[in-house]
Amino acid sequence: MSLTYEDVIAKYEPVLGLEVHVELNTLSKMFCSCSTVFGGEPNTQTCPVCLGMPGALPVVNEKAIESSILIGLALNCSIAPFSRFSRKNYFYPDMPKNFQISQYDEPICVNGYLDVEIDTEEGIKKFRVEIERVHMEEDTGKSLHVGGATGRIHGADYSLLDYNRAGIPLVEIVTKIVPGTGKYAPEVAKAYVAQLRDILRSLGVSDVRMEQGSLRCDANVSLRLIGAEQLGTRSETKNVNSLRSVERAVRGEMIRHAELLNKGERVVQETRHFQEDTGLTRSGRSKEQAEDYRYFPEPDLVPVAPDAAWIEKLRASLPEHPSLRRARLQEQWAVPDKGWQQCLMLMLSTSLKKRYCWVPIQLVPVAGGLERYLASLMKAVLQLLN
Amino acid sequence: MITRSAHEMSAAMVKGEVTSEQLTQLHLDRISAVDQQVHAFLHVDTEGALAQARAVDAARSSGEKVGPLAGVPLALKDVMVQKGIPTTAGSKILEGWRPPYDSTVVSKLKTAGVVILGKTNMDEFAMGSSTENSAYGPTHNPWDLTRIPGGSGGGSSASLAAFEAPLAIGTDTGGSIRQPAAVTGTVGVKPTYGGVSRYGLIAFSSSLDQAGPCARTVLDAALLHEVIAGHDAHDATSINAPVPEVVKAARSGDVKGMKIGVVKELNGDGYQAGVRSRFEESLELLAKAGAEIVEVSCPNFEYALAAYYLIAPSECSSNLARFDAMRYGIRVGDEGAASAESVMNLTREVGFGREVKRRIILGTYALSSGYFDAYYGSAQKVRTLIMQDFTKAFASADVLVSPTCPTTAFKIGEKANDPLAMYLNDIATIPVNMAGIGGMSLPCGLAPEDGLPVGFQIMAPAMQDQRMYSVGAALEAALLTQWGSPLLSKIPALAGSK
Repeated sequence: MSLTYEDVIAKYEPVLGLEVHVELNTLSKMFCSCSTVFGGEPNTQTCPVCLGMPGALPVVNEKAIESSILIGLALNCSIAPFSRFSRKNYFYPDMPKNFQISQYDEPICVNGYLDVEIDTEEGIKKFRVEIERVHMEEDTGKSLHVGGATGRIHGADYSLLDYNRAGIPLVEIVTKIVPGTGKYAPEVAKAYVAQLRDILRSLGVSDVRMEQGSLRCDANVSLRLIGAEQLGTRSETKNVNSLRSVERAVRGEMIRHAELLNKGERVVQETRHFQEDTGLTRSGRSKEQAEDYRYFPEPDLVPVAPDAAWIEKLRASLPEHPSLRRARLQEQWAVPDKGWQQCLMLMLSTSLKKRYCWVPIQLVPVAGGLERYLASLMKAVLQLLN
Repeated sequence: MITRSAHEMSAAMVKGEVTSEQLTQLHLDRISAVDQQVHAFLHVDTEGALAQARAVDAARSSGEKVGPLAGVPLALKDVMVQKGIPTTAGSKILEGWRPPYDSTVVSKLKTAGVVILGKTNMDEFAMGSSTENSAYGPTHNPWDLTRIPGGSGGGSSASLAAFEAPLAIGTDTGGSIRQPAAVTGTVGVKPTYGGVSRYGLIAFSSSLDQAGPCARTVLDAALLHEVIAGHDAHDATSINAPVPEVVKAARSGDVKGMKIGVVKELNGDGYQAGVRSRFEESLELLAKAGAEIVEVSCPNFEYALAAYYLIAPSECSSNLARFDAMRYGIRVGDEGAASAESVMNLTREVGFGREVKRRIILGTYALSSGYFDAYYGSAQKVRTLIMQDFTKAFASADVLVSPTCPTTAFKIGEKANDPLAMYLNDIATIPVNMAGIGGMSLPCGLAPEDGLPVGFQIMAPAMQDQRMYSVGAALEAALLTQWGSPLLSKIPALAGSK
């Protein structure tokens, strides 16, 4: 009796909320000078500060502040003249200090928006996703649970800890709730993350590699009956490691919620983990009882008070917005809306055939045939355009 | 030789009367002879100290320019991280830990050629006023071994009074430098917050903690102050401004025309009679030296203690969360099958002492959602009020003064089961930390009723630390004239000492 997507959207209105964590690509960590390069031998990129050794103190990486401000400006946010770091207290072995330094009630950027477009059978549709806040925090280390069936901490024989990631600067971009997307919710979610990724890449502030975790998306989904005022209970899906998964996760959660609601059951407020193979989510930590993180202002750091002139300088240095740049080129090259991607494809294949451009044609067989080669070229060209 | 001041020892080395190695050995011998009774040290780094001393001697004899304290031995409070040297902060939970790095204070000491003899005893994580909260047993006051040497830095101050070291490093969160100085007849200075780097100081309460110099004379304290002070890129709360000229002030000791404000609220009821009489006499001496004595009122000091016992435990509940057996220190209950959570619980249960647990519980509660505004929030408001009191008072006085403590040294065990009575000992020292300003304690005589040292506290506005040294040096000189010899010359000899 599994519901179809059409059944779901006939009865319910989805409400989205998206939290994106971005690892900044600063050379050093958020509060110390350790390297941030991905893939090093475990625990080789650590020091007393990011290991939380007794006596060690954090010092803010100015470059991370700069990147955060750039992100805020690109997302049309106000930059707070005064913001602060707090301590989020909880015990977990991958957190060296057993508190995370994070911005809480005074984030660096607030109240922005991002307009996203999706291509539908009714033509191009535009949605405004409002941004609540952009804040800075430090990443945790990584645990590897060895033994046991699931690779989770429960049932593991032992766990290994790698603190190379501990203290890497993270920026969290939190949207306000996004109502009114109707049946397009999964596509809007995907388009938002894609657009955000393009912006972050054009700013040069992050590697934005979802598969390496330098861009991570938590998708919050709730349903309410069409026409209802009150919001439904939301679930928060983590572990969404690709753009396609963002779309699948939102769609899957919408169906799961609808099935529960139709049966008269309630949606549990919890964290869920997306399973790449099945496209389904499994239950994680319950959020029914709000955990008490005992936030308080981080006494080891002074407030962040960026100079107004500096902010303006950063604003002036912003690269052309990827969507604007695309629009400009589209206009300059007179490319019709629909045919944008096909047109590029055509341009490339033409140039391949005529052998008069920069395309090293010898590589085509190595890359696994013309079609795949063109697809990867497309990707590269799109990245260049962004 | 070991009863001399640090600057006299330095002068003797310059003249070639003694080498740093000899001087260091004399202190190591003294520690061997008396520390079983005093228990000022948790660890003595004999080899390291002698090696440092020889290096200074070699530099000096090769004509290299060395600093004013080069070759002078020093005792380091065990809360200060020193690379490779056992550092416990007086806690069992850090037993056996050898830090992989030097604190900024230690780096500066090493650069200045100061010889670090070892680590001194303290109340666990600097929480206490008697050193009885050390996991390694109490330190005894060299004036009377049945009495406390103050706390939390009782080991540092006792080492000075017992002539085991001429200089020491302390840290002061609510009085942990000044109160031990007061009850041992030594000098202790809590510099302006941010004046000395906290990098490598094991945090108790980050917004209150401050390292500072301990010595037997005001000038020695000033010399050490200048060695350890200054901006540090590793401490975001460190002040980026020139170090106040404290040595110059200590050498001149000029108080002519200075206005000295006596804080009305830090005197009177609850203060021992002998403490009050010595304090009053000191005021007269300062007046004779040309200072003008005025009275000031700081009405909000009344709330300082209550607010302190919300802010400090709140911060400590978070600062001490890192001691979880995962990366360093002791590990309890790890038999292979226990979860990380149960190992954390068992380790913290065994590793922390009663007072530390009491404060962690208090702080955890005060930061809880729903209580935060009423407790932590209100305490921060009180803090602002205290700062305003100081600002007003400093408008009519250059420095403020009070007795450092309400009483002289109490007996070991006397207040061990009465935390509130223990907390009251810091009533006069806490406002300084709450406002982030500087405070000094120097000996002003013995209380007639018990023959024990009394401390005189001087407080100066932020980054005006030199004023404390001017007043302290003036008072010290006047008292020395009156007494004929330093107060510590009256200390009873310890058994086994020459």
